Amino acid sequence: MFAFILRRLAVAIPTLLLLIVFSFVLMQMAPGGPFTGERALPPAVLANLEAQYGLNDPLWLQIWNYLVNVVVHFDFGPSFVYPDRTVNQLIANGFPVTLTYGGLSFIAAVVMGVALGVVAAIWHNSWIDYLAVGISIGAQVLPNFVMAPLLVLVFTLWYGLLPGGGWSFSNPSFWIMPVIALSTSYMASIARITRSSMLEVLGSNHIRTARAKGMPEHRVIIRHALKPAMLPVISYLGPVFVSMITGSVVIDIYFSTGGIGKAFVDSALNRDYAVMMGVTILVGALTILFNLIVDVLYAWIDPKIRY
Amino acid sequence: MTKLFATTALLTAMAMPAWAVQPAEGETLAENQTYTYWLLDAIKSLDPAKNTDVEGSDALRSLFEGLMIQDAQGEMIPGMAETFEASEDGLTYTFNLREANWSNGDPVTADDFVYAWQRVATPETASEYAWYLELMNIENATQIIAGEMEPDQLGVTALDDRTLQVRLTTPTPYFIKTLSHTTTYPIPRAVVEELGDAWVQPGNIVGNGAYTLASHNLGVEIVFQKNPEYWDAENVLMETVRGVTVNDNNVALTRYQAGELDRVQIPAGQFPRLSEEFPEAAVSVPNGCSYAYIFNLSEKGPEVLKDARVREAMALSLNREVIVDQVLQGGQEPAYSWTHWAIDGFSAPEGGMKDMPMEARMARATELLAEAGYGPDNPVRIQLQYNTDDSHRLLAIAAQQFWRPLGIEIELNNVEWAVHTDRLQNQDFEMARYAWCADYDEATTFLDWFRTTGYNSGKWSNEEYDKLLVDARTAEDTAPLYSRAEEILAEENPAVFVYHYADVDMINPAIKGLPRENLLNTWYAKDLYRVAE
Amino acid sequence: MVIDQSKMQSLSDRFVEAEVKGRSPWADARKRFFRNKAAMLGLMILVLVSLFAIFGGYVAQWSNEELDFSVMGQVAQMGQPSLENGHFFGTDNLGRDLYARVVQGTRISLMVGVVGAAIAVIVGTLYGATAGYVGGRTDQIMMRTVDILMSIPYMFVLILLLVMFGRSMSMLFLGIGLISWLDMSRIVRGQTLSLKNREFIEAARATGVSSFRIIIRHIVPNLLGVVAVYATLLVPLMILTESFISFLGLGVQEPLTSWGALISEGAGTMNYGTLWQLAFPLFFFVITLFGFFFVGDGLRDALDPKER
Repeated sequence: MFAFILRRLAVAIPTLLLLIVFSFVLMQMAPGGPFTGERALPPAVLANLEAQYGLNDPLWLQIWNYLVNVVVHFDFGPSFVYPDRTVNQLIANGFPVTLTYGGLSFIAAVVMGVALGVVAAIWHNSWIDYLAVGISIGAQVLPNFVMAPLLVLVFTLWYGLLPGGGWSFSNPSFWIMPVIALSTSYMASIARITRSSMLEVLGSNHIRTARAKGMPEHRVIIRHALKPAMLPVISYLGPVFVSMITGSVVIDIYFSTGGIGKAFVDSALNRDYAVMMGVTILVGALTILFNLIVDVLYAWIDPKIRY
Repeated sequence: MTKLFATTALLTAMAMPAWAVQPAEGETLAENQTYTYWLLDAIKSLDPAKNTDVEGSDALRSLFEGLMIQDAQGEMIPGMAETFEASEDGLTYTFNLREANWSNGDPVTADDFVYAWQRVATPETASEYAWYLELMNIENATQIIAGEMEPDQLGVTALDDRTLQVRLTTPTPYFIKTLSHTTTYPIPRAVVEELGDAWVQPGNIVGNGAYTLASHNLGVEIVFQKNPEYWDAENVLMETVRGVTVNDNNVALTRYQAGELDRVQIPAGQFPRLSEEFPEAAVSVPNGCSYAYIFNLSEKGPEVLKDARVREAMALSLNREVIVDQVLQGGQEPAYSWTHWAIDGFSAPEGGMKDMPMEARMARATELLAEAGYGPDNPVRIQLQYNTDDSHRLLAIAAQQFWRPLGIEIELNNVEWAVHTDRLQNQDFEMARYAWCADYDEATTFLDWFRTTGYNSGKWSNEEYDKLLVDARTAEDTAPLYSRAEEILAEENPAVFVYHYADVDMINPAIKGLPRENLLNTWYAKDLYRVAE
Repeated sequence: MVIDQSKMQSLSDRFVEAEVKGRSPWADARKRFFRNKAAMLGLMILVLVSLFAIFGGYVAQWSNEELDFSVMGQVAQMGQPSLENGHFFGTDNLGRDLYARVVQGTRISLMVGVVGAAIAVIVGTLYGATAGYVGGRTDQIMMRTVDILMSIPYMFVLILLLVMFGRSMSMLFLGIGLISWLDMSRIVRGQTLSLKNREFIEAARATGVSSFRIIIRHIVPNLLGVVAVYATLLVPLMILTESFISFLGLGVQEPLTSWGALISEGAGTMNYGTLWQLAFPLFFFVITLFGFFFVGDGLRDALDPKER
């Protein structure tokens, strides 16, 4: 297991390097730069700006300088569009926000999804099952860019229960709508996966044996059925995590949470090279880390797998 | 009145009293003096040298104060400069600064202005608005920005702690009007030299404005608190000002309706409904920007657009009234001139297509196209480029439909902002959506755009036009020159002018003091107050 | 919203196993599929939506781009769905016929979904089959590459691509398709590994058939079940991705539209008394996704029955 983790981490480094070089080149090939605007800058002003940010060096040198700064100094450079801040500061500001509502959404999606799926499987073909399936299918296809403004309309304007946006680490009322909007569709998918895998496990031989031995039903489910039924859910968690980060763009736009999702999209559209690179590296590293955690978890639950 | 400063004044001393807002009779101030306004996006910079956008400028006007400020009508009134004198040749201005302090208690000196302006010009600062000093025609600005001269050669000197002298390269009729712009704000030399680039961060920033920065959560909200050190603090009523970012205009309106915001822009098309429902809150006032479809007349541009008849036909047949009344629906004005109709001292030329009925215009357009050899059987094919935005999209679609019956087939090309501006600057377009906003309340802010050496993305060029603008700099009466320049634009049609902007907002009726006659929509938080409901 | 990989694995295992026992898994599958009510409902929905996309345009009274000047400017009052003025689904904010636009948006969305899924499946199948069949060092390198690609945040790359190359239909197809071939290639590789030592493959190899032909002629046909199910389940994911891209404003060019673009326009104005602008496109979007899920699940269950 230890060797497996080490090997995966060793692959992570070239992966990140590849990602950096690829994004860097792609970004620079895109038409327009961070300083093109409604008014063309006089050549002298533009030259000053480009010199300041090292944009007139050859591409390979820019990439090299960038890598050195990132690896040696852990410095992602200054933002082009937010000149008051460095990329490190922007990420330090935005990432904890994304992590907070993303983490809560993740937990909510897993807990509620698994619960819904298990309940539906136990009372298979009852009204509970149908209700659970109905909810989860409906929730799965409603785009969150419809759900988010709808939530603001209902909870802020009509009922006046929750603030319509903004962020505060000390006030959970700001977290509720982002978490609902982000977690619902994943909760639904997890519920569907849990339900079908639970049904499969409940029909399997070793559960029949356990029941035949006269074990009480709740013990059968908790002791014997739940763990194997979780396997497909766990392999689904890696992709969920990644698409949650992507989906956080929508949350940031509608709820003004100030997270990194919007920062990424903005930086790509504004050609804020440094911010875009910083967020891409962060998300890439997180993806690698999370996939690794999921694999380890998988191996831990499923004794058949040996790395 | 601009000419007064430039040519006739031997000594123009300003001795007007400072303009301060007072509650009208019968108004009771609310307990809670807080104003919350909407920001579409995060504020990019609070450094006066690096700010480039409107939202940043709104914030900076709370934190800093320049030599001049604007009153509710947009007229220049004394800010940091108590009085000033202009030399006879219009090349030297001397400002007498008032006694005022930075928010850390240090006095504001003339040297702080000198330092700030030199910093803007210095290449190492990499200020995107360094060109503003060139617009002001300050001596040596161009050479310093190009790195050919040292920053201390800039034509601005502190004669003593409270006297500032500015030297210009050429008489500049609008010079005083440039002095309320954020790029010209003073900065506290001692603080900036001590902290470097970090001086603008929350906790560090020191200003001379009516407010100090209480907190700034990027992309979420920015909060200002009244500054007790401000020279006119006793007349400042509003205690707290909050700018709240909401990236989606429709959600912002929802949050206004929920009482979370005091001011929000009304999305395109919603003004009629809202003004019926909330007549006191829905407000539309002119805003000094003009919207146009620019033709690419450079070598890279399509041949067909070089035919003036085709351009005229397109200008004639675009039904601006429908665009304004039925698409935008927010009190905008149809545009038949590049200069905004409400610009000080500007009057649009008489006659022309503005006064023709739509049927006559369509008939004339068909005729012109036929002369040029085009028609529904042999359509003109042009690509219209616009950047991603709801109202640009709606307008482009409408324009496409207006032109189609005449035999002008428009292909819509939606690109994102960075690509749009890049292509404009490199003449990689056929026809493109463009808008220009006034930097100051005078016609040259618009007309300069079409000079041969102006921004002029379509590379139109006309000798008479260029000469008119040069003459205007020293002319006694500029109005006829500007009017003639617009006539040339109307004859040559280097662009189709579409509409003049209006600011269309929902404003909480309890908030008083927001200017409604200021074309640049410059507002100062210090002028606001909230009345009890 | 991701495909349940463990089920796909189980399905793939089943196909390999079936080969051994010498009976085709297709034999009973059709019967099972037609007995599945949800799957039949889904199939019916898909057929109806496809008919709507193909023939809906003939019923439209307006084109998808002309402006109705009698409605323009007072859409909330005059633009509601009506049989009289021919706007069956009402109009959009500019006074364009929403019915015609939904028909046209349906075409684009279905096309993006199907073409995107096809690209993903084709690339994934060929890649996985090649890696599995060739084996050895090539296999190692190819699958390591997949591992590396797995940790790239794809949506980010897609946004970059669209920003860089400008929005075009082909870029959208390609970008969306290239997002999801990785899982497919893993499953196909596994299945190819178990197939490749079968007698019929060895026989082909012995008679001197080229590797490429063996992959195309013998390996790929045996993967058909997995491919079919995977493709059906990928289509709704592609449609969802496209809607997200449209929401970001990077979708197809006006006057063309898609469900995502229509929904995001409609969602913006849902509080302004023009709810039909959201309701109609959302309705088609939702039922179509249901349809694909039901059919995909039904196909899988039919091909891989649990009670074997």
